[in-house]
Order: sequence, then structure tokens, then C-alpha cells
Amino acid sequence: MKMKGSQIVMECLLEQGVDTVFGYPGGTILNIYDEFELHGYKEKIRHYLTSHEQGASHAADGYARSTGKVGVCFATSGPGATNLVTGIATAYYDSSPVVFLTCNVSENVIGKDSFQEVDITGITMPITKCNYLVKDVNQLADVIREGFAIARSGRPGPVLIDIVKNVTAEEADYEYLPVSEHPNRGHLATMLRRANRDLKTPEPDQGDIDKLLALIEQSQRPMVLVGGGVIRSKGAVPEFRRFMETLGAPVGSTIMGGGACPGNHPLFTGMVGMHGSRVSNMATAECDLFIAIGCRFSDRVATDPSTFARKAKIVHIDIDRAEIDKNVRTDHHIIGDARRVLELLNEKLPKHDYSEWRAHVFSRRGTVPKPEDMFHPFEVLETIQQLTQGDAIIATDVGQHQMWACQYYHFSRPGQLLTSGGFGTMGFGLGAAMGAKVGNPDKVVVHCTGDGCFRMNCNELSTLEHYHVPVITVIFNNKTLGMVRQWQSLIYQKRYSQTDLDRGPDFVKLAQAYGLHGFRAANREEFANAFRQALALGTGCVIDCAIDIDIMVHPMVGGGTPVTDFLLD
Amino acid sequence: MNSANYQRHTLSVLVENSAGVLSQVSRLFSRKGYNIESLAVGTTDDGEVSRITIEVVCDDQQIKQIINQLRKQYSVYSVRRLPPDSSIRRELVLIKVRAESREVRNEVIQIANIFRASIIDVSTSTLTLAIIGEESKDDALERLLHEFGILELVRTGMVALERGHATISDNADNKETDEFELGKNVL
Repeated sequence: MKMKGSQIVMECLLEQGVDTVFGYPGGTILNIYDEFELHGYKEKIRHYLTSHEQGASHAADGYARSTGKVGVCFATSGPGATNLVTGIATAYYDSSPVVFLTCNVSENVIGKDSFQEVDITGITMPITKCNYLVKDVNQLADVIREGFAIARSGRPGPVLIDIVKNVTAEEADYEYLPVSEHPNRGHLATMLRRANRDLKTPEPDQGDIDKLLALIEQSQRPMVLVGGGVIRSKGAVPEFRRFMETLGAPVGSTIMGGGACPGNHPLFTGMVGMHGSRVSNMATAECDLFIAIGCRFSDRVATDPSTFARKAKIVHIDIDRAEIDKNVRTDHHIIGDARRVLELLNEKLPKHDYSEWRAHVFSRRGTVPKPEDMFHPFEVLETIQQLTQGDAIIATDVGQHQMWACQYYHFSRPGQLLTSGGFGTMGFGLGAAMGAKVGNPDKVVVHCTGDGCFRMNCNELSTLEHYHVPVITVIFNNKTLGMVRQWQSLIYQKRYSQTDLDRGPDFVKLAQAYGLHGFRAANREEFANAFRQALALGTGCVIDCAIDIDIMVHPMVGGGTPVTDFLLD
Repeated sequence: MNSANYQRHTLSVLVENSAGVLSQVSRLFSRKGYNIESLAVGTTDDGEVSRITIEVVCDDQQIKQIINQLRKQYSVYSVRRLPPDSSIRRELVLIKVRAESREVRNEVIQIANIFRASIIDVSTSTLTLAIIGEESKDDALERLLHEFGILELVRTGMVALERGHATISDNADNKETDEFELGKNVL
């Protein structure tokens, strides 16, 4: 059937089962936006108009992370496209599948520095799995199909499709094609033919699996580190839990692995690395076999790669060959999808008993340090935990509150913790929370943030209000850029250069100005009251918690030093 | 980084012949902090496929990373590190030399003959030589011609193939190739 490029875009989204798009219109993408009205696509695809393209990018990302589906984000050319860049990089670093669809100026004016023209495919080349500039309407459908296939497959990640405006107005033949047929068409088919001898997902190597099983047999003190790969791999978490319970070794987590192992599980040691628990970091240093699944040994985990797990044989399980030996030299690796590798391991893994080693590891478990007369972030998170029965989706921004949320909230399923782990994007949380709530309307979604982060993208409060997306924002308001201040306290002799945020706005009034509810809390009881009211109201709420300026994240290991060298205990 | 273990590696890369692929490959090197010594690109016998020959100086660990990262790119079909002792490498160099008198011209032509370089252009005041070889031969000629005055010099960049039957399509290590396919698998 002949149809315009703009309509082909919509039909291709429907092929993929897309029913939610976050975005912001503009001059070049007008034809696509017109389809919502002209051909009534707004009945099938719900578009959320955000306050800023960055908010839309994080919302699509949060939607993808919390649902496991591919997120979709629209923006126009030029500044619309560049406003996505931080969001694209955030998705890229955390392997989140998002398709970003932008339009560029028409082909006759491209390359002439036209109004709102920018080479967005050039700009996003290093932060996308793949990107496209579509100049031929006959290729449009195949490019979109390929983009979605790439975004969700293998190690997932963002894809950007830039379409010149005239293509959205030109006509081409379009026939519906089910997703299962997409690899047989167009460029995707050519690419698969050239790159693969076999189109099926290769199996993990059985010899590699057996070698790991043998290493486990020899080990007296094994330790497991679970990363975001287990969260992204569909169906991997149940396999992982079977694996860890059969093995019975201590399990640490990276920030992206939050939810793979239940936070209150007796084998769980907490995070490993810069803000890892003492239990985790000491176990990492003392173990004789370190099994890392779906992680990439970033500098926040392996703070000093040369001494990381130095007494151990390191085994790395990952889907991406390029991660092996990138940061930490490993002794053995298994390449494959986490679910499949764990399945194969579970088939043969006998039950183990490391009770002595475990007792040794967990003997270091301390209690949460809590100054008596101070409102502590721990109390906030514990209250949220209790009042949501640990079932809430938590979206965070970046900094101290992010670490507190990861340390004190017990995540129990994948997609429950939404945080910018790799890129560390301040301002990620509110958009991500919005996307998560849209994708999971039956879950409570809590946005944990700091006063610095919240100020960056709080404009999305108007989106929450307009679409009645009841996200509860909890601000850990210490009137400073807490994490940077913490570094200044510990490393820069308390020279607090440009980190004090002794300024407005009044966040309660701000929430009210956006038509939402605002609460203040200065102690545990006030917070519990406010949070209960927020839950009951079922609307967007902001709870401004007054936190002392000098509370730090414990423990802390300095950058570039071994994970056992605690700056703060 | 310990530069003592640095050595020259030659990579042969088959890529999709389309816009942006060369910049994708070259930007990968710059953003990962690897220095390209030489890069040559052109189409192959299949018009849809280009072949890039890249020379890079780095250590063993880095070259593995480079290959891993290259293979992750969707437009890259295959990557092969050419073994130095069983590969032929060649580069074309054009050199324009000042030669304003008959004596000088004769002398330059003699040198060219010794090096099996060809004279591809003559004017009343210049000679242009073309030489194909590896860098040691090219460099030796260049040094000799310096005294006459080199006006211009251009290199194509090194191109290379393996000797004998071996080709880039051979899968020396099937397991490793499978591993990469998994990394970018799209099904």
C-alpha cells in the first residue's frame, strides 16, 4: 500500500507493539506528529509531551528499563536532537534499549548549516549501538525494523534514526511485516548474511561451562558478583537465584545488578566497590574464585584493577566479547546470554557448603551508623521500604541519595531499581520515574533525588501533573551537592568550592505551583506521615526531607585504590 | 602503559561500503586512544564491501581490545590481524624532486633505477618518482633524494595481504568468531 513516510513510521511502531512514545515536536518532525491527528494514531500510540527533550529521553529509558520493552523517544532536528544526547549516553552506558527517532532538515538544504540543522548521527556515533540517516523513503521501514532489532538484541542499547524531513512527506509502498520476518528483509538481511554463518544465537561453549564447574570444585572461598547483564537478560534472574542458592557463596552486586539477588537475602553482601559494603569488599579481596556475571568491572567497582580480587581466579561471564579483559585481567571467561549460561551451569552444579567461609565473610556485617539526634537517610528509605512492602520501583538521580537508596532499599526483582550507573547522569530520575510509572501503572514509583539533581530537570513535574502520572518524589535535601562535598571533605581539606546550594526554590511551593502536592519532613514521623498521604493521594507529590549537610555515604574507597582501602568505614 | 612492548600490528578489516563507515572505524581508534600509523581503504572485488588496512603501534593487550571493539561495529564484517612473518605489505609513494639540470636528472634516474622506482613525470625542473615497497625501502630512497630537494611527497598508506592460500574469510578460531557474533547478534 502506498503511504507517506510519516505514516510508515507510525505503522512500523505498531509492528513493534509500541503503544507509548515520549517526545517533543518541532519544525522538521511535524509530518510525523501530524499522523497522531491526521490518521488517528493517537488512539493506538499514546504520546507524552514532556517539558524538555532530555526529560523525554530519560522517560523512554526508564520505560525500557522497567518494562523490558524497547523505549521510544521523538525529537525534532537541531537543538531537539542535541537535547537528547545526555539521555542517549545514559542509555548507552547502562545498555538500555531505546530507539530515538529524530528528523533532520530536508535533503535539499542538508549540509548548508540550515536553521535547526545538526549532524546528530555524527554526534551520537560513539553513544549509540548503531545510528542511521534515512534519505530514501523506500528504505524507511527496513531501517526502523533494523533499528529496533539492534536495540533489543544481544547486549541491548540505544539506536538513533534520523530522517530527513522530505522523506516523511514522500510516498512509498508499505506492507505490514511481522517482527519475526524482519531479519529476512532489507539491509538487516544483508548484514546478517555477511556477518553470520548461522543466524541463530550461538550457544555458550560447553567446554567453558565445564571449566568453570571444575574451578568451583577446586574453590574453598568463592564469591559471586552480579551485574546489570543479569537484569537485562530476559528470564535470567530466576536462573541466577537457583545458581546462587545451589552454590551458596556470598553474592555481591554492582549498582546495575540491583534486584538480581534479593536485598535481604542471607547470601547478599551488598554492593562491591567505591561505596561497596565492608563485607563485599573484604570478601572480594579474600576469595579464591571470583565469578562475575554480566558486569564490566568499571572503575567504580574495580577501583584498582591490578589488585582487584587479587587472591582469586577471576571468571567473567558476559554477552559482549569486548568486555573480556577490558578493565580487569581474567583467568577464564564464558561468552553468552546470562540466562543461557546460568541454565547450563545449573544443570550440572552440585549443592555446595561454604558455611565456614560464609560465616567468616558475614562476621564483618555491621549495623547502619545512625547519629542519635539526626534525621538520617536510612530512616527515609526504611520507611519507604515498610510502607511499600519493598515493592516500589525506585528511580534515583546521582550522588549520595543514589548510594543510600542502593544501600538501604531492598530490591527484589529486575527493573525495580532505575539509576544511571554508568554515565552518572544528574537529572535522570524524574524522567525515568515518569517512564516507569507509565509502563507499570500498578506499581508505586518513588523518585529519590537530591536537591542538586532535582533542580536540574524538575520541569517534568508539569508533565506528571498533566498526564496524572503519580510519581512520589523524595528529595534528600541537604542544601549541598552532597557527594561532591563528601570528596571535598575527605580529599580537598574541606574547601567547599561551589557546592553549597543555599538557595531556593522552596520545593514544596514549587510542587504546588505545578499543581502537585508538597510536604516537608524533618524527622522519621513527619516523613512517614507525608509518605502515607502521598500514597493515599495517588497524585504526583514532592516530599522535601531536611537532611544534615555533613552526613556522608559510608563506606567509601578512594578512586584508584584497592577496594579494601577504606577512606571512610 | 608500558610502551616497551609496543609493536606494529597490521589489521585488515572488511566493512560495508557505505557512507559513514570509515569515520565510524577511525573515530573508534581516536576515542579509545589508539594511534593509527597508517590507514588505506578501497573497495574489494565485491562492490558492496570495502577493505580497510590499518597499521597501529600498540601492545598485545591493546590490539585485542581494538579487534574486539572493531568486531562490535555493525558495519564491520570481519577483522583479521595479519601475521607479520607471513604477510606481504606494500605502499605506493610518489615523490616530486627538484631536478633543474641534466646532471641532476640523470643522477635521480639512476637512483630510481637502483630502487626499481619508476619515473612517472618529467618537467624542465622536476622529476616525479613512484615507488612501491615496504617502509625500509621507501625510507632509504627518500633519504637519498633529500639532497636534491623533495618538493612534495605522498603515501597511499600500507596495504597488505597474507601469503599463500590464507584469506580474511578464513575462520582461524571458530569459537572466537562465534563469540563476536553473539555480541552483536540481532535475532
